[in-house]
Amino acid sequence: MIEVENLTKRYGPTLAVSNISFNVQEGEILGFLGPNGAGKTTTMRIITGFLSASSGRVRVSGFDVAEQPLEVKKRIGYLPENPPVYPDMTVNEYLAFVGRIKGVPRSDLKKRIGEVSEKCAVANVANRQIGKLSKGYRQRVGLAQALMVNPDVLILDEPTAGLDPKQIIETRELIKGLAGHHTVILSTHILPEVSRTCQRVVVINQGKVVAVGAPDELTARLQGYGTVLITAEGPAPEIIGKLQSVPGVNLVEPREAAESRVTLEVHVEKGQDVRAEMARAVVESGWKLFELKTSGMSLEDIFLKLTTYDLSEDEPASENPPVQQDAAPAEN
Amino acid sequence: MRNILAIAGKELRSYFHSPIAYLVMAVYSVLCGFFFYSFTATYVVQSLRMQAMGGMGAPPMTLNDYVIRPLFEGVLSVVLLLLIPLITMRLYAEEKRSGTIELLLTSPLTDLEIILGKFLGALLLYAAMVVITFGYVSALFIYGNPDAKPLLAQALGLFLFGSALLALGMWISTFTKNQIIAAVVSFAVFLLFYVFDWVTAYSSGTLGKVFSYLAFTTHFDTFAKGVIDLRDLVYYLSVIVLGIFLTARSVEALKGRV
Repeated sequence: MIEVENLTKRYGPTLAVSNISFNVQEGEILGFLGPNGAGKTTTMRIITGFLSASSGRVRVSGFDVAEQPLEVKKRIGYLPENPPVYPDMTVNEYLAFVGRIKGVPRSDLKKRIGEVSEKCAVANVANRQIGKLSKGYRQRVGLAQALMVNPDVLILDEPTAGLDPKQIIETRELIKGLAGHHTVILSTHILPEVSRTCQRVVVINQGKVVAVGAPDELTARLQGYGTVLITAEGPAPEIIGKLQSVPGVNLVEPREAAESRVTLEVHVEKGQDVRAEMARAVVESGWKLFELKTSGMSLEDIFLKLTTYDLSEDEPASENPPVQQDAAPAEN
Repeated sequence: MRNILAIAGKELRSYFHSPIAYLVMAVYSVLCGFFFYSFTATYVVQSLRMQAMGGMGAPPMTLNDYVIRPLFEGVLSVVLLLLIPLITMRLYAEEKRSGTIELLLTSPLTDLEIILGKFLGALLLYAAMVVITFGYVSALFIYGNPDAKPLLAQALGLFLFGSALLALGMWISTFTKNQIIAAVVSFAVFLLFYVFDWVTAYSSGTLGKVFSYLAFTTHFDTFAKGVIDLRDLVYYLSVIVLGIFLTARSVEALKGRV
């Protein structure tokens, strides 16, 4: 249904999206997961034809967005992060306008407006000016607009942003009910949303695809390891043996060796921070410890940056990783 | 076509939901009325004086020359320069600011349909203003006896002049999210093109001719006299097409950038 091939988007020297590829099957609900700034919105904007890609291809229902944009746009309902509403229009006027520019036949317009208004629970504010509605209502009007043509594909950018818990649940139910009839891509930085509504997830970070799979697959992978780099001076095999005996350490692999100094990559059980224990193990055995740091961004680190649940509208309450980068080593 | 009309309808509804349309039309009416009053009063006084002096063989003072023509020329040179930026400033700037441009550009509309729809909406508002001018002119027909023949050319010239400004103003609106900036820059650009005409006062060579050609008001002269000159028609139509073309390019750049 949707094929994204080697998509890249450059803004001058910055790479917003780098070589992203993934597919969405017909009727599937795909989650797009990643921290803010990861490139989710940019990717969605390219799929919907708002932005043009620097390179790569996107195909929706077989139509290439760059070559046949009108065909693609007829089949997509899009809800951007900020619902694109005209504040001086009433809800009905707005939906009528959207219906007209999206090609809803005149005769069906009124009926369609009624249907989506019911579905998105905005029927009771039908004649109110959108500018006077609360954020939650505005969001639902945005969703109603996306559903107007009953599109094959729905692209929703943070559809539950700004909604209260009850509305969030209702919206999720609504989205789940769309599976099968519609193909949905939904982006979010809220973890539970993904496992509760999506059948498959693409994890994006810094413009690149980091992982793809069903939510439980990914959770299993989350049970993987964290990585720590340790540089010490001493007999390598003994250091390795000592570190391996530290509880929580799964694997120790040599990385570099220079004179008597050796750098080792240590795979640590997920969720455990055993750097202090490793440092102690090295130092108490009489070897010199030069450097100890977590290496790169494991999937876990990415997920740690994401909220588990946020009640406030703007700033997601992020759990700061308990692990600090580049802990200063203690020399004896 | 249906899409163009839908967009035009939306623009008109937006204009009349905000104070802008009413403000623009009110200011226009007042200024037009002031010009009209001045010219008519002058005419009355002067023609009475001429009569008292027995004509002296001078050509008769017609309403056309002394009221209608100055009215159009006065309106164009001052009023439109000020008011058209107020009409065009929101065309793209507001869509960019509120994010609704994302709705328009992801709907099955071509960029050209959006541009023409917006242009049409602004044009219809401007047409309402032109009608006001003719309201004043028609008063002359009730009380006097002006020649109706030049009116067609004058109306066409007024209409084309305004349309050219509207097209350029729309283009300028694509560059910013801030309506005020769009309005100010548009006004500055219009003023510049108006002032180009002054170059002929001190330069009669090639350079002077070039600037004179570029000036907006130069090409209105023949229309004002009641003559439709193809060259001037071409000028205004070219500016309109240029404005639309530049808007289209600017929107394309928006999609590559944002």
